[in-house]
Amino acid sequence: MPEIHNYTLNFGPQHPAAHGVLRLVLEMDGEVIERADPHIGLLHRATEKLAESKPYNQSIPYMDRLDYVSMMCNEHGYVRAIEKLLEIEVPVRAQYIRTLFDEITRILNHLMWLGTHALDVGAMTMFLYAFREREDLFDVYEAVSGARMHAAYYRPGGVYRDLPEQMPQYQASQWVTGRDVEMRNETRQGSLLDFIEDFCNRFPGLVDEYETLLTDNRIWKQRTVGIGVVSPERALQLGFTGPMLRGSGIAWDLRKKQSYAAYDRVEFDIPVGKNGDCYDRYLVRVEEMRQSNRIIKQCIDWLRANPGPVMLDDNKIVAPTRNEMKEDMEGLIHHFKLFTEGYCPPVGEAYAAVEAPKGEFGCYIISDGANKPYRLKIRAPGFPHLAAMDEMVKGHMLADVVAVIGTMDVVFGEIDR
Amino acid sequence: MSSSAQNGMGDRLDRLAEELTQAFDESGCSVERSCGEVTLVVPVEKMNDVALRLRDDEQFAFEELIDVCGVDYSAYGQSEWQTEGAPNSGFGRGVTSLGELELKESNRFAAVYHLLSITHNTRVRLRVFVDTEQPIVVSMVSVWPSADWFEREAFDLYGILFDGHPDLRRILTDYGFIGHPFRKDFPLIGQVEMRYDSNLKRVIYEPVSIDPRTLVPRVTRDDNRYLNEDGAMQEAGDA
Repeated sequence: MPEIHNYTLNFGPQHPAAHGVLRLVLEMDGEVIERADPHIGLLHRATEKLAESKPYNQSIPYMDRLDYVSMMCNEHGYVRAIEKLLEIEVPVRAQYIRTLFDEITRILNHLMWLGTHALDVGAMTMFLYAFREREDLFDVYEAVSGARMHAAYYRPGGVYRDLPEQMPQYQASQWVTGRDVEMRNETRQGSLLDFIEDFCNRFPGLVDEYETLLTDNRIWKQRTVGIGVVSPERALQLGFTGPMLRGSGIAWDLRKKQSYAAYDRVEFDIPVGKNGDCYDRYLVRVEEMRQSNRIIKQCIDWLRANPGPVMLDDNKIVAPTRNEMKEDMEGLIHHFKLFTEGYCPPVGEAYAAVEAPKGEFGCYIISDGANKPYRLKIRAPGFPHLAAMDEMVKGHMLADVVAVIGTMDVVFGEIDR
Repeated sequence: MSSSAQNGMGDRLDRLAEELTQAFDESGCSVERSCGEVTLVVPVEKMNDVALRLRDDEQFAFEELIDVCGVDYSAYGQSEWQTEGAPNSGFGRGVTSLGELELKESNRFAAVYHLLSITHNTRVRLRVFVDTEQPIVVSMVSVWPSADWFEREAFDLYGILFDGHPDLRRILTDYGFIGHPFRKDFPLIGQVEMRYDSNLKRVIYEPVSIDPRTLVPRVTRDDNRYLNEDGAMQEAGDA
């Protein structure tokens, strides 16, 4: 009789279902996984060390590039840590704008997750649907910051600028003319808030559409129910946060429990799962999209009724306006000092966390009183999730590995940093 | 955050700081408060006992380890520009690097742990200073399994060794990487660069060909807003 050996399978780093640059070394007994050893770091850029060599504000764009599908939430974690060090309070309007954009980001992230997760498991249509809606939200990003993804919109002391009064419109071109342009501009006649509101009114129907495709789909359930089960106790031990923890049935959400920005002034619910499997985490995230939509609506109403400053009025930290810089001597000096040197927070250390779409995103900053952080540590939610890979796939089939990678919602920008 | 919520949080932290002092004073731990956070500085040999008590004692119940990171304190407080006395000499615009690092100092490395209690909704930070020559601290994997990868990362980037870790391999750096890149004496531009050599038909490593450059010098301003009455820099968080 021939001797049967376990064999080792190299999954990635160029595998389309590896969500980036994950290299998984799988020890297999036939189709069954005996041990999974994720090799990470292929996208390591030493963000934290780079941040130590730059003034505080210059590292904000690096934050966008960590978890590059939930850009503004990362910025939020970073600027909150700086604000904590500087002991400054952000104007209320800026807090609502941050809440609004955190939730837009959450929808962006969950759509990306849903599209790719479903694609990996075999549902092509989801991917196309999800990316159709992401396009609108990218337009919102672009309208407010000028960039479709890497916004660098949040700054210590508020947000870079107020929401635009006019939503940018499509121009006629060689390829798009007449009626087509009008059709595309239909929802872009008013302000940015009108555009977002229109999206909010459409979105619940679209989520229903996704759910008709997946929630009762036999294939989807066969691929996700009972796969990658994590008990609530184990989820805590493994350092899970966000939907991974809530999927296991623990109602823990920093937006409610350690509230920040305007989350204590809006109404929303925390969905929790029961079984801690891939299917429950799917349900949790879908419901989170609906809740995000609810929060966005409340923010729109508030922002319409309450104009006001969106940036702290302190030129020791916040750059003066262009006009002040051109016309006022003091403004010029502040501008020069801020852009050549930056500001020096007091000696100390601060950890600030936000509920990013993937879980707890935290920034730990040690300041020695200089204009650059002495140490910046980024706590990426995906890092401990991926560390649990071995445990979650042990005893499952090879095809389930793909479902588990999908359900973890890993993005290597943040895991490798 | 509304002020009442913040006050509630402040009271809870005061209570936590008190409880921590009571419980761990004998073990030689000290409690620090700053920025609305509590830090417990733990002697390296007591780490295991303290961690177990923090997890299992019901008044603390820190069931989740959120983060572990290494810190290298050897360049702490150093600036590339000395602002005092500059009017006599002026600044040089070009700055290449920090001065001599204090590499022999006994408290060079520290491991910092962030804990979260779901039960009490509190956080605490533990800081353990480790020996410079033999940076060894006990591994927390048996107490909080999530420490596994975080400790591998701290080992990879700072060279801190975690005693009892089941699989202390490098995690973020390249296969065959030499050195611990986040130490302050490791240059930002790195030591080696990599390219494909068409003659040898393989990827080769060479010493870096670029020069280190500082765009904005590191400078410490004694900002008046953060000075105490006696002129000393105040710590963030003590009002």
